Amino acid sequence: MIGDTPAPAAPYAVEGHALVKAFGDFRAVDGVDIAVPAGTIYGILGPNGAGKTTLLRTLLGIIDPDEGHRTLLGDPAPLRMARQVGYLPEERGLYPSMKAYEAIAFMGALRGLPLHVGRERARAMLQDYGMGASVEKPIRQLSKGMAQTVQLFGTIVHEPRLIVLDEPFSGLDAMNQEKLEALIRDQARKGVTILFSTHVIAHAERLCERIAIVAGGRIRFEGSVSDARDRLPPQVTLRTRLSDGAWRRALPTDTLAQDGAWHFALPDDGIEPLLRALLDGQAGIESLSIERPGLHDAFVAIAGEAAARQMRDDATQETGA
Amino acid sequence: MRELLRAASVIARRDFTAVVLSRTFILFLIGPLVPIVIGMVFAGFTQKISSTDLRPVVGIAMTPADVGALERAHKRLTERMGPQALPRLHAVPLGLPPRTQLARPDSDVVAILSGTVSRPVLTGKPEDLDRLQGDLSLIASAAQAEKVLHMVKVERQEVSTSLGAQSQARLLIGRTGQIVIFFLTILLAGMILSNLVEEKTNKIIEILAAAVPVDAIFLGKLIAMLGMSFVGIAFWGGTAFAIFMALKAPGTVLPDPAVGWPAFIALGIVYFAMAYTLLGSLFLGIGAQAATVREVQTLNMPITMGQMMIFFFVSYTVDHMGSPLEVASVVFPFSSPFAMIARAAQDAALWPHLVAILWQGAWVALIIRIGVLLFRRHVLKSGGRWWKQLFRGSTG
Repeated sequence: MIGDTPAPAAPYAVEGHALVKAFGDFRAVDGVDIAVPAGTIYGILGPNGAGKTTLLRTLLGIIDPDEGHRTLLGDPAPLRMARQVGYLPEERGLYPSMKAYEAIAFMGALRGLPLHVGRERARAMLQDYGMGASVEKPIRQLSKGMAQTVQLFGTIVHEPRLIVLDEPFSGLDAMNQEKLEALIRDQARKGVTILFSTHVIAHAERLCERIAIVAGGRIRFEGSVSDARDRLPPQVTLRTRLSDGAWRRALPTDTLAQDGAWHFALPDDGIEPLLRALLDGQAGIESLSIERPGLHDAFVAIAGEAAARQMRDDATQETGA
Repeated sequence: MRELLRAASVIARRDFTAVVLSRTFILFLIGPLVPIVIGMVFAGFTQKISSTDLRPVVGIAMTPADVGALERAHKRLTERMGPQALPRLHAVPLGLPPRTQLARPDSDVVAILSGTVSRPVLTGKPEDLDRLQGDLSLIASAAQAEKVLHMVKVERQEVSTSLGAQSQARLLIGRTGQIVIFFLTILLAGMILSNLVEEKTNKIIEILAAAVPVDAIFLGKLIAMLGMSFVGIAFWGGTAFAIFMALKAPGTVLPDPAVGWPAFIALGIVYFAMAYTLLGSLFLGIGAQAATVREVQTLNMPITMGQMMIFFFVSYTVDHMGSPLEVASVVFPFSSPFAMIARAAQDAALWPHLVAILWQGAWVALIIRIGVLLFRRHVLKSGGRWWKQLFRGSTG
């Protein structure tokens, strides 16, 4: 039976080992190992076509991998755990003739929630969200944003232990993106594991405790956002009155001169030897900043400039659309 | 299994209410009644035409005495043979030769009987002569023997049953059962072909496939469409029954099928359900592979032809009970429900029906499984070894 007895709390809500899924000659998922700790917000970050959706579909049991194995909430048969999982696919889909509250209740019923309970919860959710006037409206009469909200409510109406969201921010305006972020945080506070994919680094940076950076069907990095940022040394930006002098020999060899400033990674031996040389050489320090690199810089370093450029293009295209 | 049925019932409930509570469902219910009503009206009309106007009229160009003798003989024979048995007679003037009379534009006779009663001559086209010669010979013979021909009275000896008549009646019931089930199936099961297109075009399939086994989606859709069909059948059947009760002559008693009417009707319902789900599961599996409604429409024709061949096959075997072909039609899953309803009409044994229903049910399950497997592989692009998936649990 699916989900009648709660599975013992596994340390990982989702696990995949050596997962491979190919479409013809194209390996969309190419030997992926992933472990999503229970109770965390976990982001899968990568450009379009990196294999994020295929990975999520494989982990959820919608498709089977060609190789490797997975567990969902500790069960190797993902669909057995379907009652405790909520899933918002990238391609949103609802029955156009269904009323908003019925659509939410139907999605809950698919995952074992009694229809009458689902209807009550759906009405309450829509009322609380300020969509009370749309409760009885058929989906075809709702705006795209409203329909997406209905589908999101359908994903969580049965109070799952794990919520999987595939590009949840796609197609939402800034206000709805903010609301969604709040909803994700709210669910996480309740102890729900959130796994979501995105090609927008800012969302992952703001929300995630752990991330996996995916490119070319492989996971290039897996760990906390902090660990990803720690992959790069802090970045130093230095402005001096003099542009040359003996002190320049103290600058690291990969220093980049740009916009009237020196940019370089913080040397392993710290900033003190450089400061000493600057002071001795009377370089005239105008400003000196040491900044921890952002997730974007970490992404560029981990996945490569090409993948980062594609992510930017994807995000720009979506905004334009 | 319980979870599979629960998930299937959620899908079925959604589909059933979506169809039955739509405005177009009223058209679906009324639609088949229109040709039936029109057919009944035309049947009454054509029956009237055939009983009067369409009987050939033969002109009699003889003396008034001979015409009178022929008309009396015609009347005596008609009383015994019925009004449809003989051509109508119509006296025509004696003066004109038969060929000339037939060539007149206002002529309303197909042939002319001239000469005398003892030596009649029939003039007309060869095919009309072939058709009328025997009848007119009989009328003329009766007219000639008017004075000496005594009609022999046949004594009636009534029995409550005649095995020959009973077997004929049961054969007819079997055939009727087959036809009714076949036409209901062909009328209703075709709709399943396009059943998954909505989910695919609206991208809902991803939500369904992530939440419930694909087997449950298929099963739910079959149950919903079967339920919808039963609503239609109840409506059409009720209407037909009401018409039958209103029009039936007093004292009309239908012959009993071998298993009796209650069991026959129950088996008819079960075999319709089996024929529907057998074809429906096949349609669902095939239709699920189609990406667009256009593809579904293209698939319709070869499938309908396949259905027709199966129907011809079982129609042939219905009066060959026990023959290898009839047994083959019982065993072949797609013809089995049609063959078995014919058996129910002709054979009182009930246990073969239990075996047949289990056999057909097993095929439904197998066809759904294969359809699911193909759907997962070709539509969802799922991986893994297909033979392992065929026999694994539906939740993977």
